[in-house]
Amino acid sequence: MSKIGVFICHCGENISATVDCEKVAQDIRKVEGVEYAIDYKYMCSDPGQTLIKDAIKEHHLDGVVVGSCSPRMHEPTFRKACAEAGLNPFLCEMANLREHCSWVHEKGEATTEKAFDLVKMLVEKVKRNKPLDSIKVPITKKALVIGGGIAGIQASLDIANTGHQVILIEKDPSIGGHMSQLSETFPTLDCSQCILTPRMVEVAQHPNITLYTYAELDSLEGFIGNFTAKIRLKAKSVDHKKCTGCGACFQKCPQKRIPSEFNAGLGTRTAIYVPFPQAVPNKPVIDREHCNYYKRGKCKICEATCPTGAIEWDKEDEILTEQVGAIVVTTGFNVKGADFFPEYGYGQYKDVITGLQFERLASASGPTLGEIRRPSDGTIPKKIVFIACAGSRDEAKGIPYCSKICCMYTAKHAMLYQHKVHDGESTVFYMDIRAGGKNYEEFVRRAIEEDHVNYVRGRVARVYEKNGKLIVKGVDTLLSGEQVEIEADMVVLATAGVSNCGAEQLAQKMHISYDPYHFFAEAHPKLKPVETNTAGIFLAGACQAPKDIPETVGMASGAAVKVAGLFSNNELVREPLIAVVNRSAPPVFSTCVGCFMCQTACPYNAIEREEIKGRDGKVIKTVAKVNPGLCQGCGTCVAFCRSKSIDIQGYSNEQMFAEVMSLLNH
Amino acid sequence: MKIGFYPGCSLKGSSREYNESVVAIAKALDIELVEIKDWNCCGATAAHSMNEELSLSLPARILALAEAQGLKEVVVPCAACYNRLMVTQHELKDNNKRERVTDIIKMPYSGDLKIINVLQMLETYAMDKIQEKVTKPFAHKVACYYGCLLIRPHKILQFDRVEDPQSMDAMVKLIGGTPINWAFKTECCGAGLSVSRTDLVAKLSGNILKDATERDAKAIIVACPMCQSNLDMRRGAINETLSNPSDIPVIFITQAIGLALGLSPKELGLERHFVNVKL
Amino acid sequence: MENKNKISGEIHSHTGVEVARCYQCGKCTAGCVLASEMNFPPSYLMRLLQTGTEENYDRILRSNTIWLCLNCENCLGRCPMEIDIPKIMDYLREQSLNKKKVNRDANPIVSFHKSFLDSIKYTGRLYEVGLIAAFKARTFRLTQDVKLAPKMYLNGKLNLLPEMIKDKKGIREIFSKTIDNPKTKNK
Repeated sequence: MSKIGVFICHCGENISATVDCEKVAQDIRKVEGVEYAIDYKYMCSDPGQTLIKDAIKEHHLDGVVVGSCSPRMHEPTFRKACAEAGLNPFLCEMANLREHCSWVHEKGEATTEKAFDLVKMLVEKVKRNKPLDSIKVPITKKALVIGGGIAGIQASLDIANTGHQVILIEKDPSIGGHMSQLSETFPTLDCSQCILTPRMVEVAQHPNITLYTYAELDSLEGFIGNFTAKIRLKAKSVDHKKCTGCGACFQKCPQKRIPSEFNAGLGTRTAIYVPFPQAVPNKPVIDREHCNYYKRGKCKICEATCPTGAIEWDKEDEILTEQVGAIVVTTGFNVKGADFFPEYGYGQYKDVITGLQFERLASASGPTLGEIRRPSDGTIPKKIVFIACAGSRDEAKGIPYCSKICCMYTAKHAMLYQHKVHDGESTVFYMDIRAGGKNYEEFVRRAIEEDHVNYVRGRVARVYEKNGKLIVKGVDTLLSGEQVEIEADMVVLATAGVSNCGAEQLAQKMHISYDPYHFFAEAHPKLKPVETNTAGIFLAGACQAPKDIPETVGMASGAAVKVAGLFSNNELVREPLIAVVNRSAPPVFSTCVGCFMCQTACPYNAIEREEIKGRDGKVIKTVAKVNPGLCQGCGTCVAFCRSKSIDIQGYSNEQMFAEVMSLLNH
Repeated sequence: MKIGFYPGCSLKGSSREYNESVVAIAKALDIELVEIKDWNCCGATAAHSMNEELSLSLPARILALAEAQGLKEVVVPCAACYNRLMVTQHELKDNNKRERVTDIIKMPYSGDLKIINVLQMLETYAMDKIQEKVTKPFAHKVACYYGCLLIRPHKILQFDRVEDPQSMDAMVKLIGGTPINWAFKTECCGAGLSVSRTDLVAKLSGNILKDATERDAKAIIVACPMCQSNLDMRRGAINETLSNPSDIPVIFITQAIGLALGLSPKELGLERHFVNVKL
Repeated sequence: MENKNKISGEIHSHTGVEVARCYQCGKCTAGCVLASEMNFPPSYLMRLLQTGTEENYDRILRSNTIWLCLNCENCLGRCPMEIDIPKIMDYLREQSLNKKKVNRDANPIVSFHKSFLDSIKYTGRLYEVGLIAAFKARTFRLTQDVKLAPKMYLNGKLNLLPEMIKDKKGIREIFSKTIDNPKTKNK
C-alpha cells in the first residue's frame, strides 16, 4: 500500500491566481494511496522544502508528488530535498500546474479540476515508481579542437594550460587561419603576424598539445565525456619527421603558377609548398592535384633536391582514432569573392578586389611585399574606392545580416593606403558605420579626420572598366541623392563574411545544429554563446557568426573553461531514465526474442547483443542489451519492440497506462 | 515548325524592317510564324503609366486570343510587348486580378501560354540551323545592346543575366562576328520619351553610342524597336550632344543573322534605316 | 503590428510594397539614368513616402520625378531589399492624374501617353500619324519633328492610314471599364 505525499504550490500567485490550490490538496487527500497532502505558497523555498522533508520523515512517505512549476525549473531542487530526507530521489515527481495549467487558463472550476487531474495522474505514476540510482560515466580528459585559427589556438593553449591534453587539428598545411593573412589589426594597427606567430609557436611546442595539420575530422561518435573521433591525416607526401624545413624543394619545383590560397588568389605558389614563411609547422606538403608527378608521372625534382630523403610518394591518408571527452569547434569563416557581384563585374575586372585580397597587398609578406599595386598592371593606384556592405545586409543576394567587421577593416584599409601612398585619394562608400568596440569609434574618426579618407554615404550601383580605369557610379544620400561618379584605379569590396566551405557537412558529422547560413548554432544566443545543443561540443570564433579578434579570443577562452570545468569532475552523472531489456530466471532468461528491431531503431547506437550462455558454455539465446552509457531514454526502441521486452526506467509502459486510466476513470 | 507570332504596333509601322527581317529569317530557318488573329496594341508604356487595369486588360486580350486560337507558344520580337505580356501573365496569377481582368475583357483566359522573345526563339529552335546555313560570315566588331525590357525585371522574365547579358553576344559569335565588352549593354536609351523629351533621349542614347564608338564597335546590334529607333532615327539630335559625332549603324539581330544567311539587304529592310548601314 | 501610417498602408495594399523596408542606401539613385533631371531622385522619393505626411505625398504627386521615370527597372534590379520602385511609380502616376496634380513640366509626357491611348482606343492598334497629330494639338509643338516625317515616310515607316482591328467595340469597352470609368477617377 503506497504512502504518497502531495505538495501543492501556490507559486506566489502564479498558480493560485487561477487554480484553487487548497481545494486540490483537500481533494487529492481522498485518493487511495495518498497519505498526506498540503498546499503552501512557495514549495521551492527553504521552508517549503523543509515541509517536504519533515513530512517524509513523520509520515514515512514512500513517494512524493509536488504540484508546482515545470520540472525543467525545479525537479533537481525537489529531488535533492527528498534525497536529503532519505527518500530515493526518483520516487519524487512533479505535476506541472503552472505552464500546463494555471498560466494558460482563466480562473474557474474547470481549471481547478484540470489541476486536480494532473496531480492524480502523477500520483498513479509514482505509485509504480521504483527507486533508481544515477548512472556514473567516466570522462576521458582529453579535448579535441577542430580548426587552427586564432580561436583554435587560444582554446588549445587555455585548455593545455589547465593541465589537460589537447588534440588540435587543422585542415590547411599550417595553423594561423585568416588572422595570419592580415596585415595589421584594428584598432591598434598591430602587425597581425607579429602578435599571432608567438602563439602559433607556443601551440607547436606545448607539451600538452598534439598538433595535426593537413588533417580533418572524418567521423564522430559517442557522447559527452566519451567521444570517439576518427581523424583523417591527409597524405602530405613529405615525411615531417625527416624534413628539416630547409626549403630547397620548393625553390626548385617547376610548377610555379598555382594561385596561392594564402594570398587570396593574388600570388602564386609551387606544387610542393609551405603556405607562408612563418607557417607552423614550417615544413612543406605536396598539392597532389597540381604536382607533375601525381598528374603525369614526371619530374620528382623535389626528391632529388631533398637532403634528407623526406619525400614519400606513396603515402596514403591515415585514419587516426582518438578518444576525447570534449570538442571545441573553431573552424572559422570565409568571405565572398568578387565574382559574386554582377554589378561590379562578375569578377572579370582584375582591379576590383576583396578586402582580404587588399590585406595581402598591404602585407609585407604578400605578393607585392607590402606595396599597394594594381593586380592588372602593377602600378600604384592613385585613387581607390572602398565599397562597404558588398553583399552584406542584402536580402536580394541572400545575405540579410551584417558581417560586423567590415566597417572597421575598411577604415583600416583606407588608413593603410593613405599611410603608404601619401598623395593617394581614397573614398569609402558606406551605409552606416558600425564601430561598437573599445576604441573603435575613435579609430574610424582618425581615418576621417587625420588621414582624410573621404566617406560618402550611399551605395554603388555599378562599376565598369574604361580605358584601364574603373568607373564607379555611386550616390551621396546625405546630399539628397546626388550622383557621384569616380574614375578609380582600384576598387576594394568589403565582401560579406560567410560560413566556411564544408561547414554543413562538418555539422552533420558532429550532430550539431546550424542556421540557414551554415553558421553553427549556439545553445542560447544570450546566455550560452559557447555551447551547442549537443552536450560536450563547444564553439568559438567566426564559425558561429562573423566577429572580430577580441570577441573570438574571448569566446575561445570561454569554451576552454567550459571544457576544463567538465574535466574537473572524475565522472559524469547521468539520469537513470534509460531503457532496459528485461531479464528473468531460467529457462526464460528474458522475453526478448532476439529480433533486434530495437537495435535498428536506436538513434544513439546504444543497443548491443548479449549472448546468454548455459553452464556448458553453449549459447542458449542472444538477446538485446542496452548500453547505459549511451542510451538517452528516447523510447524509440520501446515503440518498436514486438514482445514488449524493453521499457524505460521511470517511464514504464505500466506507468504511462496508469496515468491515462486515471484520467479516464475520473 | 510552327510558332505563334505577335508583331505589335511598331513592327507594323515605324519599325517595319524588324518585321521584315524576322519574317525573312524565319522562312530561311523553316520556322512558320502564325500571327495572332485580330491582335490589339499591348498598351506599351502609356497604358501602365496611366491606369493599371487598362495596362493588364489590353495584354490579357492578346493572350486570350492566342489561347483561343490554339497556340501554345508565341514569339514576341518587340521587347516592350514581350515585357508587357510577360508581366501581365505574371500579375494575373493573382486570383483577384485575374477575375477583374477576365471580367473586363469578357474572354476566357488560362495563363498557360508560353511567351518568348526573339532571342529565346533563336536560342531554342535555330542555333544549329543558323550555324549550318551561314554563307557570309558577319565578320564585324559590334556592340550588342540589350536595353531594359528584355532582361528586367529578372524575377519575372528569367532570361539571361541581369548585368552583362550574353545571349545576343553568343548569337553574334555564332554568325562570325566579334561582340565587344562594353559598359552600356543594359542602360536605358530613353524609351518612350522619344517624342515628348527628345533632349533626354539624345542624352541617354548619346552615352550608349559614345561608349560603343569609343570601344571601336562598327555597329550596334539591338533586339528592341524602341532602342533601334532612338539610336537610329534620333541620330541627328544625338550627334548634336556628342563632341565626336558617330555614324555607326544600328541594326536588329535578325537583320545581322539574315545578312550572314546570305539574304539581301533589301529583304531585311536595311534600306529603311536613317543611319546608312555600310557593313 | 497595424500600420498607422495611412499613406504607406495604401501603397502597400495597392502595390504590395512595404516602404519601411527601404534603408535609404541610395543604390537605386546611383544607377538611375535620369536621376539628375528629376526634381528629386528615387531614394529621396522613398524617404518622402516613409515620412507619411500629406505634404510630402503631395510633393511627390506634383513632381516631375514620377513622369520622367522610364520604368527601366535598373533600380529594382539592384535594390538589396527588392523594393518594386517601378510599381510604386506606376501607382503614383495614376494617383497624380486622378488627383489632377500633374507637374507642369511633365505635361508633354502625359500628353504623349494620352494621345497614344486615344489612338488605340478607336482602332485597336497604334496609328502613328494620329498619335503625332493629337500630341501636337495638345502641346502646340507644331514644328517638332517636321524634318523627320518626310524621311520616315520615304523609308516606308509611316503609314498614312490607320490599321483597324475587327473587334473595335471590345477595345472601346475595355477603355470604358478602366481608364474612362468615372468611378476610378477619384480612387
